Amino acid sequence: MGHTIVSQTEPGTSRRGFYLTFIYGIWGLISAALAAPALLYLLLPPKVRRDSDWIEAADMTQFHPNVPVEVVFRKNHVDGWKINSEKESAWVVKLEDQRTLAFGPQCTHLGCAYHWDDVKAQFICPCHNSIFGIDGRVVSGPAPRPLDRFDTKIESGKLLLGALHKSTESKT
Amino acid sequence: MKWKHRLQAWLDSRTGLETAVRNFLYENIPASSGWHQVFGSVALFLFLTQAFTGALLAFNYAPTPGEAYNSLRYILSEVTAGRLMRGLHHWGASMMIVVVVLHMTQVFLYGAYKKPREATWMVGVVLLLVTLAYGLTGYLLPWDNRAYWGTVVTTQIAANAPLIGPYLVQLLGGQGQVGVVTFARFYGLHVLLLPPATLLLIAIHVYLVRKHGVAPEPGDNLRPEQKFFPRQVFRDTVAIFIAFAILFVLAVAVRVPLEQLADPTDTSYIPRPEWYFLFLFQSLKLFEGPLEVVGAVVLPGLAILTLLLVPFIDRGRLRKVTERTFAGAVVVLAAIGWAVLTAAAIATTPKQAIAEQIDFSEPTDWLQLSPVELAGVGYFRRENCGSCHTVGDGKAKIGPDLAAGTHKSAAWMIQHFKRPSAMVPGSAMPPIQLSDAQLNTLAAFLLKLNPRNAEALQSAPDFATEAAIIYQSHQCGSCHLVNGVGGKLGPPLNGVKERRTEKWVEDHFRNPQALSPGSIMPPYRFSSEETKTIVGYLFVLPD
Repeated sequence: MGHTIVSQTEPGTSRRGFYLTFIYGIWGLISAALAAPALLYLLLPPKVRRDSDWIEAADMTQFHPNVPVEVVFRKNHVDGWKINSEKESAWVVKLEDQRTLAFGPQCTHLGCAYHWDDVKAQFICPCHNSIFGIDGRVVSGPAPRPLDRFDTKIESGKLLLGALHKSTESKT
Repeated sequence: MKWKHRLQAWLDSRTGLETAVRNFLYENIPASSGWHQVFGSVALFLFLTQAFTGALLAFNYAPTPGEAYNSLRYILSEVTAGRLMRGLHHWGASMMIVVVVLHMTQVFLYGAYKKPREATWMVGVVLLLVTLAYGLTGYLLPWDNRAYWGTVVTTQIAANAPLIGPYLVQLLGGQGQVGVVTFARFYGLHVLLLPPATLLLIAIHVYLVRKHGVAPEPGDNLRPEQKFFPRQVFRDTVAIFIAFAILFVLAVAVRVPLEQLADPTDTSYIPRPEWYFLFLFQSLKLFEGPLEVVGAVVLPGLAILTLLLVPFIDRGRLRKVTERTFAGAVVVLAAIGWAVLTAAAIATTPKQAIAEQIDFSEPTDWLQLSPVELAGVGYFRRENCGSCHTVGDGKAKIGPDLAAGTHKSAAWMIQHFKRPSAMVPGSAMPPIQLSDAQLNTLAAFLLKLNPRNAEALQSAPDFATEAAIIYQSHQCGSCHLVNGVGGKLGPPLNGVKERRTEKWVEDHFRNPQALSPGSIMPPYRFSSEETKTIVGYLFVLPD
């Protein structure tokens, strides 16, 4: 880039075209190099620190067939950079066929806490009157899907709870 | 395309956007404008990049001490591209300083601050100070030892300022100590106050540049002016691209470590400022006792004042850059002074203490290993086992994956180490030439391996595995307990850093009875290298 008189004239069309292509190209490249990692940073879930461990929630002796019990247990909950030990609860039912079900404590409609009604033998949500059967299915009301279930397993007389799954089946 | 023109015309009549852009791009600039004038644009670009990466970091950052450290660790080790973002922000800060100084040097050399551009220059000097303020306040935000102790020094320097010292300290939230209030003030400055101030100053700076036009050189009035767009924009773009490429490579290739969590009781920590403040740090050493305030506050203050007043000191008529020999000499002298002071500071920096070499943004599970297992990692490395075996990282190599989980017994492994083909017919593995005790440690490590911890265990730094080998080969574990493993004749070694100094432990190795009368520990004559390694290891053990 000398400072001769010749170079001071306005650049010709082809050189102008080169400048424009270059300027747009480079800015496109820089934007992409910043935007792509930014999207990965914001959108990809962080590396999982540990598999959801099985939590010992209750002693099996406290359950009787067809009598749901609300059990409270502590669970380590990974929240970003923190690991919180939080109180959690589940409604546990030992069915007559010896299967044990554990339901998440929130109604699938809008997340209110439901309770077991001994007389009606149904789970009833006080907010909008969603009613679930003892197996968690929707009996009536606005709930869109059955109660969410924890993975369960029983080891040496203890009930272990795993991850909570949304049931994918639709109503009823 | 008719609708496009109509849309443009409508937009322009309602907002004036197109006219504004057009006026901006087709600004006349002097014939002499060229590559030497690209630095301002690069600095602006870097500032915007800093704002961008800073905002992204803030999305995953908790601005309170302790939590700050944990969240940064989370960004580095768990968030995708988190390490890249932090790298861009860290190196971007350094590059920003470099580019701002280059910009200023260019303006100074060309005398572009002369009448009527004095205000442009002075706003520029304030922008330089703001850039340094970002560096100073941002330094504390990781809340590791480096950040903490660096800031302790800074606030104490501020306290020395004549008259305003105590108020400055109050303003920075410290009563001679760095704590939660200081942290909040630094964070507030860094993300709330400085960015809008910078934007405002940049706006004024650019407005002034436009108002007075880009500074011409003598003779420019005889030549036709050129347009800013596209040729100068092209030059700026090339320069910005080069800066961005350097920044990106630095962010990817040069790892910015995270030291251990800030420990206000760690009296052995030797703080060092960021590289661009090293010259100040070094010049402070030239002033002792009551003169310290001269080096810490008076001289830097005078330097800033001089810098601000440059346009009023040099009031001669504008000359060509090649004729401005005095300005050139000033720049060369300043550069030499800066380089000498910085080099002296680097030369007098003691070698990093061993604990400072641990990158705490990596998993630190290895700290929980017993010395025997850790020594096994050391032998694993010395014997290059990893050249044939994968360890849970999935890449297929000749030998089997050692973290795969189907562990044989230790006895089987030791036989296999000695004569591989006797236990596994057809094995291509060469026998390992180590003693039984050493093979035993190797087996202990392999037994500990599983796919989940493989990566974490292998991140053990070399000094630790070497120290564990020393520990194990001198059978320290017969009497001492580390991480719950070993004998109970001697005191457990976890937490020794709370009870003793490094010096004490070093002396104790040489002559235990001199320091602990009645001790049955035999003396150990380690080489000085070995002593540093083993003591360093003992002092990073978890409490």
